[in-house]
Amino acid sequence: MVHNRFRDFLVKEFKHIIRDPRTLLIVILMPVLQLIIFGYVVSNEISDARIAIYDKSNDYLSQKLTQKLAASGYFLPVRNIKTDAEIDQAFKAGDVKLVIVYEPNFAENFIRNNKADVQIITDASEPNTASILANYAQAVITTFTNEQNNNGISANRLDIRSRMLYNEELKAVYMFVPGTMVLILMLITAMMTSISITREKELGTMEILLVSPLRPSQIIFGKVLPYVSLAFFNTIVILLMGYTVFGLPLRGSLALLLLVCFIFILLALSLGILISTLSKTQAIAMFMSMFALMLPTILLSGFIFPIENMPKVLQWLSLAMPPRWFLSALKTIMIKGEGFAYVWKEIAIMLGMTAFFLALSVKKFKVRLE
Amino acid sequence: MSIIKITNVSKSYATVKALKDITLSVERGELFGLIGPDGAGKTTLMRILTTLLLPDKGSAQVCELDVVNYYRKVRNILGYMPGQFSLYQDLSVEENLKFFAGVFGTTIEENYHLIEDVYKMLEPFKNRPAGKLSGGMKQKLALSCALIHKPEVLILDEPTTGVDAVSRKEFWGLLRKLKAEGITILVSTAYMDEASLCDRVALIQKGEILGVNKPEQFAKEYPYRLFSIEHPDVTLKLNEVRGFNSCKGAYLFGGVLHFSSINNNETPEGIINQLNGIGISNPIVKSIDAGIEDCFIQMMES
Repeated sequence: MVHNRFRDFLVKEFKHIIRDPRTLLIVILMPVLQLIIFGYVVSNEISDARIAIYDKSNDYLSQKLTQKLAASGYFLPVRNIKTDAEIDQAFKAGDVKLVIVYEPNFAENFIRNNKADVQIITDASEPNTASILANYAQAVITTFTNEQNNNGISANRLDIRSRMLYNEELKAVYMFVPGTMVLILMLITAMMTSISITREKELGTMEILLVSPLRPSQIIFGKVLPYVSLAFFNTIVILLMGYTVFGLPLRGSLALLLLVCFIFILLALSLGILISTLSKTQAIAMFMSMFALMLPTILLSGFIFPIENMPKVLQWLSLAMPPRWFLSALKTIMIKGEGFAYVWKEIAIMLGMTAFFLALSVKKFKVRLE
Repeated sequence: MSIIKITNVSKSYATVKALKDITLSVERGELFGLIGPDGAGKTTLMRILTTLLLPDKGSAQVCELDVVNYYRKVRNILGYMPGQFSLYQDLSVEENLKFFAGVFGTTIEENYHLIEDVYKMLEPFKNRPAGKLSGGMKQKLALSCALIHKPEVLILDEPTTGVDAVSRKEFWGLLRKLKAEGITILVSTAYMDEASLCDRVALIQKGEILGVNKPEQFAKEYPYRLFSIEHPDVTLKLNEVRGFNSCKGAYLFGGVLHFSSINNNETPEGIINQLNGIGISNPIVKSIDAGIEDCFIQMMES
């Protein structure tokens, strides 16, 4: 009988979602749209990116490589630089996205010492563009080296030193898909659940539910379960799109990845429940999830701004941000391809946070109206 | 045996004393009315009975179960219809009923005889979302939802507020039928005319019970002689009328002035004479029986 009650509740909850076009839009369309928008930003095709050449050698080989870069169609050399100081100026002026630096005696080093240095400097304040440009330049230089070696001068090497100015570690490159996932999961689980629970309070139906034999735990789980399944569905859509459309690597185990996602959904959910127990109206719930939850987590989780570049105080604060641990675990699994041994700490922290928020919600949940 | 027993209950909000030392009991099978103006404390009292609020002082029992300590059990035997329309507006009439039946572990079929009369009125709209029903229909649906689990006690918070006169009448008809089924009903209302439809009523104002009695008994116990005065100019001379020696009180009911007199030998003729004295000629003055409103006003005054 108890089981039946709970099922009725679930059915009702799904009906609410299906009949509200706004909820449907947020739940189904938004993840895809967001991913496409972020994805477009990151994957815009490079052509004729303006670059500067700082040729300290100015010999036949350095000139040949410059021509090769120009001929690739990706780069357009617009400036020659004569001093180190000019590099900074060129970036600050904003008319140059990338600087190629040849060491002195470039050709001589390449032939005599089998090794010459070429440096790629990018403006990583736009990390996505910077990384793509650097990758393209590297590809061109590698091809160039191979060609030179096939011409008889074998086993010579061009050492490419890539340097990102202003954002040295380039933390955000692959993060847009995991970042979007964090946004969507936070939004759907934390915000939507807190709103759907407070809506019952606002409409007065909570009054009847409380008076009914339903237990508070049944009410809460009945309200959140549909959102768990929706959030998990979205996770899979985002992962699939990231993998197929944007070429996001998945080097680690898929099962582990899904487990981490599921744990994060539970974590976001427990936050949503906590918010709903603290707020009386939908507006307050919305406000709390948007400003007290979404903004700091986006800003402090390392999604947009690398944690390493933050002031110390904010770095400490980021330790308390649930998505930080999720992003870190995602990165470890997807990009580094590591296994459970490398993410157990993140998983433990997320589980701990979930337990804490749930315990707090249970303590705060009111079986009465006051 | 009292099915609802309220003993010395007090309840305060931040700044307002909502209930002051209320003691009240409702007998099994009664249709009991809680009558008073907005803000009198009716909703607070009902929410304490439905276990939704805790009393500051005092205790309350429903079916001999304490509403604080045994709130879970109490919730099983109560049917509650809050003042605010509290059903799912995006669910249809039938879905709402099914949901509430399910939540209480029953089915529409099981207790169909209880809701049959109401549900027949709703049936033509059973696929319409509850949010698109008229006010009267909404109240009937809410009543069905509160009844679906065959509660022993039905608590209705101002069920007829904002409902048209015909629907109100129908609604009270339904309540009488439920009473005949043996369900105890506690209903609050701000409409005085509905008092006469109850078995007993309690008048409540500013958190205090002014009196509890059968509606007709209230009228019988009215301590003064009462007259109605009809004249177009009477409203303009209200202060002069209140200045009459024998005047206990004079209140307008629509266009008619109810005049209560402390003089037991007062006659319509005597009042007409006094009215002539203040320039009101040819008024229609009749001796009348007190209604519940007259009683309420008199109790508020004293």
